[in-house]
Amino acid sequence: MINFGYSINKPRVIDIDRNNLHKSNEILREMPELQACIGCGSCTATCTAGNLTSFNFRKVHTLVRRGEYQGAYEEMNKCMLCGKCRLVCPRGINTRGVVMLIKRKLGDF
Amino acid sequence: MKHVIVIGGGIAGMQCAAELARGGIRVTVLEKQSDTGGKLRNWHKLFPSLTPAGEVLGGLNHTLRRLPNIDVRTECEAAELSPRRVVLATGEELECDAVVVATGFTLFDARIKEEYGYGIYDNVITSADLEEMFNTGKVSTTSGAAPRRIAFLHCVGSRDEKVCQRHCSKVCCVTGVKQAMEMKELFPAADVFNFYMDIRMFGPGYEEMYREAQQRCNIHFVRGRISEVSPTIDGRLQIKAEDTLTGRPLKIGVDMLVLLIGMRANDMNAVLEQRCGLERQTSGFMRPRDQFLHNTESNVAGIFYAGAVTAPKSVGESLNEGTAAARGVIEYLAAKECTDNSTIDE
Repeated sequence: MINFGYSINKPRVIDIDRNNLHKSNEILREMPELQACIGCGSCTATCTAGNLTSFNFRKVHTLVRRGEYQGAYEEMNKCMLCGKCRLVCPRGINTRGVVMLIKRKLGDF
Repeated sequence: MKHVIVIGGGIAGMQCAAELARGGIRVTVLEKQSDTGGKLRNWHKLFPSLTPAGEVLGGLNHTLRRLPNIDVRTECEAAELSPRRVVLATGEELECDAVVVATGFTLFDARIKEEYGYGIYDNVITSADLEEMFNTGKVSTTSGAAPRRIAFLHCVGSRDEKVCQRHCSKVCCVTGVKQAMEMKELFPAADVFNFYMDIRMFGPGYEEMYREAQQRCNIHFVRGRISEVSPTIDGRLQIKAEDTLTGRPLKIGVDMLVLLIGMRANDMNAVLEQRCGLERQTSGFMRPRDQFLHNTESNVAGIFYAGAVTAPKSVGESLNEGTAAARGVIEYLAAKECTDNSTIDE
C-alpha cells in the first residue's frame, strides 16, 4: 500500500468523564497535601533531572491527578530522588514522597 | 444642626450614616429598594469566617434605628446632586450641607457571556443565585437531585475586555473558594472543580481558606478559563477548557455550573459624571480625589464616597470606608463653618 503520509491524530483532550480517576483518588487520599499544589513550578525549576531531560514533575503529577496515567511511571523514573524540589516547595509538599507514591500506584499501569 | 444626605442604604451608607449621627449630624439616607442592607440582604454567609450576613446586617440596622436624627427614606432614588442639594427622581428637592455617595455596584449580568449558557441551559447558576439557594435551604439541580459533580467558574464579567470589564472584581476568588467548600459540606460525595485564571487571596485568612479547600476538602483547582458550555443528551452540562498547567485541552461533564459573577459600575455613575461634574475611572467606577490620602472624597468639595462606588470592595472594606467618609464629612463641615464665620466677621 502506498503511504501518502496521512495519519489520524489521537485526541489530545483530557476527558475527565472517560478517565478512570480511581488511581488518582487513591493517590490523593494517601497524600492529600498534593492537592495543595499551586502550580508555581519551583519543583521543576530546581529539578536536576528536569534541567537535563524533558522531565517536568509539576506537569506529570497534574496529569496523574486528572487521570492521565500513560507514561507517568516512566517519567517518574527520571527522578533521582535528590529531594531539592521538596526543599523549595512553598506549600511544603513532600514531593519526593509523591514521586515514590505515584511509582508505587502506577507501576503496573 | 448640619444635614448630610447619604445616597444608598447599603452597608457603606448605613455605617456612614451611623458615624455621622454619632457626630451630632442630622442624616437622611436615600435607599431605592424597600429596605436597607443593599446586596448583603441576599447573601448567606461571609468569607472567610462564615459569619451569617444577617448578623452583620442585623447589627447595622439595630444601630441605625437606635441613633437619633437618622431618617431612612426607602424606595427613593436620587437623580441629580450637588454638595448643597439632592434632586430625587420624583422631582422633590432636598437641601443639605454635604452628600455621601454610597451607591455601590451592579452585579454583572451573566447572560452577556452567552457561551456559558446562563438563562439558556438548566443548572447554570450565578454565585448570587447560589447564595439565595443557601438562604432558602434548597440546594439542588433543577430536577431536584443532589449534584454529583459541580464546577465553579471564576472571573465571569471580570478581567474580560470582551464585555468591557477589564478590572478585577476582587472578592469573587475567595467567594468561589468559600462556596466550593460549602457545597462540599452539603454534598460530601460530590466532586468540585474550580476553573480559575489566577487565585487572588488578598485578605487575612483567605489563603489559609484556599489551602483548606484544596487539602482538606479535596476541591480540584484547574487553571484555565472555560471556553464553552453545552448540554449533554442526559441533561448534564459539558464544559470545555484548557488545563493550562498540563498544556492540554480538557472536557468534563457536570451537574451544576456556578458562575462567579463580578462587580460592575452602576449605570448611574455616567449620570454623576455628566450632570454632577464628578470624575469616573475607565472601569466606570467613580474616581476618588486621591488614591491614598483622600480616597473617600470626590473631586467636588462636599461630595464624598463610601464603599464599592469607587471600586469593588469586600464587606469589611466597605464598612471601613463608611466610617472614613463620615470622618471626612465631619472635618469638612467643621472647616467650612470656620471659614463661613470668618467671612461674616470681616
